[in-house]
Amino acid sequence: MIQYIYLAVLLPLLGFLINGIFGSRIKNEKVIGIIGSGAIGLSFIVMLGAFFQTLGLPVDQRQNIVKLFTWISAGGLNVGVAYQVDQLSLIMGLIVTGVGFIIHVYSMGYMHGDKSYWRYFAYLNLFIFAMMNLILGDNFVLLFLGWEGVGLCSYLLIGFWYDRKFEKGTTSEAAKKAFVVNRIGDFGFLLGMFLIYLTFGSLNFNDVFSRAVAMPIETSVFTFIALFLFIGATGKSAQIPLFVWLPDAMAGPTPVSALIHAATMVTAGVYMVARCSIIFASAPAIMTLVAVVGLLTAFFAATVGLVQNDIKKVLAYSTISQLGYMFLALGVGAFSAGIFHVMTHAFFKALLFLGAGSVIHSMHDEQDMRKYGGLKKYMPHTYITFVVAALAISGIPPLSGFFSKDEILWKAFSSGGFGYWLVGAFTALMTAFYMFRLVTLTFEGKPRFDEHNVHPHESPKVMTIPLMILAVLSIIGGFIGIPEIFSGEHGNVFENWLAPLFAPAQTKLMTYGNHSAFLEILLMAVSVIGAVCAILFARYVYLKNIRIAGKTVKASKGLYTLLLNKYYIDELYEAVFVKPIGRFSEAFLWKINDNKIIDGAVNGTASLVSVISNNIRKIQTGVAQFYALIMVAGIVAALFWLIISL
Amino acid sequence: MIEQYIPVFIVIIVAVIFAVATVVMSKLMGPQRPNSEKESTYESGLKPIGTTNERVSIKYYLVAMLFIVFDLEVIFVYPWAVQFKKLYSQIGISIFFSMLVFLVVLELGFLYVYKKGGFKWD
Amino acid sequence: MNEFYYIIPFIILAAGILISLVIEMYFTSSEKILPWFSILTFLASGFSALFLVNNVKVVFENMLMSGGNVNFFIFIFNLGAALVTLLSIDYIKKYHTYYGEYYILLMSSVLGMSLMAGAKDLIVIFMGLEIMSVCFYALAGINRNKLKANEASLKYFLLGSFATGFLVYGMALVYGSMQNTSLEYLFLNFTKFNTNILFLAGLLFILFGLSFKIAAFPFHMWVPDVYQGSATTVSALMSTGGKAAAFSAIIVSFASVLTVVNTNVFAPYFGAIAVFSMLFGSIVAIAQTDIKRMMAYSSIAHAGYMTIGLASGNSYGVSGIIFYLAAYTFMNIGAFGIISIVEGKNDTNLTIKSYAGLANKKPILAGLLAIIMFSLAGLPPFAGFFGKYYIFIAAVKAKLTWLAIVGVISSAISVYFYIRIIVLMYFKESEEDFVIENSNTGLLSVIIAVLFVILLGIAPNSVINLISYFAK
Repeated sequence: MIQYIYLAVLLPLLGFLINGIFGSRIKNEKVIGIIGSGAIGLSFIVMLGAFFQTLGLPVDQRQNIVKLFTWISAGGLNVGVAYQVDQLSLIMGLIVTGVGFIIHVYSMGYMHGDKSYWRYFAYLNLFIFAMMNLILGDNFVLLFLGWEGVGLCSYLLIGFWYDRKFEKGTTSEAAKKAFVVNRIGDFGFLLGMFLIYLTFGSLNFNDVFSRAVAMPIETSVFTFIALFLFIGATGKSAQIPLFVWLPDAMAGPTPVSALIHAATMVTAGVYMVARCSIIFASAPAIMTLVAVVGLLTAFFAATVGLVQNDIKKVLAYSTISQLGYMFLALGVGAFSAGIFHVMTHAFFKALLFLGAGSVIHSMHDEQDMRKYGGLKKYMPHTYITFVVAALAISGIPPLSGFFSKDEILWKAFSSGGFGYWLVGAFTALMTAFYMFRLVTLTFEGKPRFDEHNVHPHESPKVMTIPLMILAVLSIIGGFIGIPEIFSGEHGNVFENWLAPLFAPAQTKLMTYGNHSAFLEILLMAVSVIGAVCAILFARYVYLKNIRIAGKTVKASKGLYTLLLNKYYIDELYEAVFVKPIGRFSEAFLWKINDNKIIDGAVNGTASLVSVISNNIRKIQTGVAQFYALIMVAGIVAALFWLIISL
Repeated sequence: MIEQYIPVFIVIIVAVIFAVATVVMSKLMGPQRPNSEKESTYESGLKPIGTTNERVSIKYYLVAMLFIVFDLEVIFVYPWAVQFKKLYSQIGISIFFSMLVFLVVLELGFLYVYKKGGFKWD
Repeated sequence: MNEFYYIIPFIILAAGILISLVIEMYFTSSEKILPWFSILTFLASGFSALFLVNNVKVVFENMLMSGGNVNFFIFIFNLGAALVTLLSIDYIKKYHTYYGEYYILLMSSVLGMSLMAGAKDLIVIFMGLEIMSVCFYALAGINRNKLKANEASLKYFLLGSFATGFLVYGMALVYGSMQNTSLEYLFLNFTKFNTNILFLAGLLFILFGLSFKIAAFPFHMWVPDVYQGSATTVSALMSTGGKAAAFSAIIVSFASVLTVVNTNVFAPYFGAIAVFSMLFGSIVAIAQTDIKRMMAYSSIAHAGYMTIGLASGNSYGVSGIIFYLAAYTFMNIGAFGIISIVEGKNDTNLTIKSYAGLANKKPILAGLLAIIMFSLAGLPPFAGFFGKYYIFIAAVKAKLTWLAIVGVISSAISVYFYIRIIVLMYFKESEEDFVIENSNTGLLSVIIAVLFVILLGIAPNSVINLISYFAK
């Protein structure tokens, strides 16, 4: 299957083309849905085939490149459309197509009756196409193509319901915000690409990385490349300071939030950093920056998540927080742990979003948790799967989140940062708290909605079955990454699978301190017990004694409003960047530069050219003799030149 | 290189000046009192009849063109015929067929003209 | 005898012409048979050329070259002509001007072009040029009831003969100075003669004669009148095949100039022709109100871009020109194809304003035309962009950056009148109310052309590699 890997990329494109071109004429929703989901399903099968074939190969032959054609060849720049099939891209590809397929199926139920059903599936397929290019491309240009492509699809899908209101504005404003903020990150990524090309003279992963391995670690250019690439990653993966777009991205349909803004697209930054592990490993300062930014993001996003009332907002901040974990892992050099968390997070966060979607679906688009309550008797399947996901994200063993999160915390600790561990573990505690605050408020207690007007109901099978599949994955997904201390001599299977890819980076990094297994188990126990306590506390507060919450809010009013308003980051950006830039743009760029200078120059040039054009055309008299005369004049001039030039 | 052309340039310049000068001078110096008699065409004292450029029927051109084609054919065939024995001994029978191909192509064109009515006078 | 094997594309074409003559003579329904037969001939000839592309050989006593670039050119000519034939079927019906000669002349002109591309001798160039030109003179006036067509035909003939006179004079001078007409000989002994003023003047005259055919400044004056007056489909072939053939003749007769480094004594001429053609074409096109005239000036500008490749005088330039020609062939056939579909009876709907609101009337046609216009304007990811890109790269490599800059400025100017069409189609309401007749064959032809435009835009490398493999 490896040599047919391009099918995994082309099938979604085909689905996009079919639904995009003929979708408006296909009246049957089922046909559109099956085309859309089928394309991704087949793509998943191709990925699976390639995965098992690679699994059967010896370790040193597991990195294959499938070259389709040379795309651009100009001077030294040689860019091919070639797909890299290796351990990392296979894992990511399986996540994208697998989770993507499940979400496509779910969407068939969720989007039922929407007037732009075909448009939705076309965009979703286009997204998968772009994402597969991002993951599988064997060079930075293809990666960038996918990078921009997913950004575009994200923009299109956030603003999918362009005629709806979202918070204070419209969904298209949210989409615009996402696009603009991402653009800042993309700019950094582009600069990084230019620097890479300048330094290594190539944009192919293999060339760049093999040349990077040979270069000494002190080379300061690495610092700049890594910094620019990381700026790109903060944009796409919603890290401080560019995370502000992700909460607003919840304006899109919920399955989109699940697929793009939780499971796949936002992890593109993690993927990119992991892919460029050798470059980052050569820039120790940036590694520390990555770790610190990740940790801070994880912490602050979790604190904001504690007080949000919109069910999707909580999940959005939770996503930012979990992405922070992944960057923490990357920053301390635990690349495979980061990718492992990408995988488990894709399962349980997609499940959480889809569950939330199921709830929103049945509550007639109500998203405020304070107006839910007691939903578990109405929608038992959603409830059970949701709790599984919540337990997984809280890090309760033996669910998948436990293994990946503790792997990260342990690596953070053993790389010498007790501070990393402490903040990380405390964040995990908060995660458990706000997740169960969400669960309790939504599903348990007494209904707080008007039971006469709102009749919650369980979602159809096409929506619940994907939930169950994801629940199973959330439970067992962690077992492929059981840490060494439990699995004995097999070691960490997941880590060993990815190890050959990260080996060059690991050799450049300092080795981990040697700590005893006892310490590892102790730390695990601490975080698990902490999580359990947090869960119980959340249930106690929101089920039995809601007054505690009220009292706490009153007692720390300042802090509460600060958190509720998300640290006023949006307002800060608005005041510091958006408004001044807007004012500058309007006063100078628009009124003076655009209107006077540029428009003046453009219009002036245009009218000048028109005047010239209207005058020159008069040469065209239509008299053949005159035409011949012009020819002769030209010939005489040329001959004259020939004579004097000799 | 360029020096040797200087006389030529001088001749050209003198010629141009002479030609322009005569026309301009006669225009300037000569008295001009035109009347209808002076303006009319001189035709040995007779009144001119019709235009000077007579039209010839297009059919003559057609025949002339076809004649040229066959004329050229003969020019081509004649040396071939003269040299045929020598060429035959050198190249072989293909020298015969190459001329045959040429003639077939030509005759096909001829046939086409005939079929299309190129020889019909009316 | 096996030399005939190498010229199978020529033989197929010539045989096709003769058979068409017979068909035209004896079949009353030749109107239905001939177009399909000629398409078949074109395809057979074109694909046989592609099939033989690796058999590079000089045949017939250094007269003809076969294989490589030559066959690539022949393929392009034939494919272009096949597309034009597809277009012509409905176009001729629209004007009720069926003459059997139309398709035969079309095929003969392609034979002439192929000869020009394959020429290895000055005489063969001349012969090919005349076969092509005479066919074009007749084709331009094929609609003999139309006054403008007659005018176009006569003007083209007069000026064409005038230019050919220079060409022959140049050949005579070259022959006089080197006692040989073989281009191979010219190539090998170029350095021996390149101080001989008669020799250089001779080459220069050859260049003038061929510049007329590529429609470069100052030999361009016929272009607007002829393109406007002739049948639209004929203009399509004249502007693509004719131009490509003349370029191939220039490339082969100036091969020594273009491949031997540091001897490009002709760079100033090429450069001047390029600059004037580009700027003149782009600027004057803006003032046009007739779309065919606009395309004519655009054709002058494109001749200028391609001449940059000649001025740079390196293998990049040559392969760039060949790529550009391939791209331009499909773009222009597509553009003229759409014009011929939109065109009504008796020369109506030919103004630029006729295209207002086309997107509502004929969304498919408008979409295709938009792609072609983007490509002509040189915007990625279409063929036109890479054509210009490779040419400009060649200029920069030859240290003629200023020429590339003039080219870019000229492209920027030309964007105005190409995009104006798109703006009219999509953002303006239709002012005139007319019905566009459907033409399935015409649409098919345009779609094929556009597919090539996209293909050359998305995967230009596969093509440019193929070309540069032979261009060396």
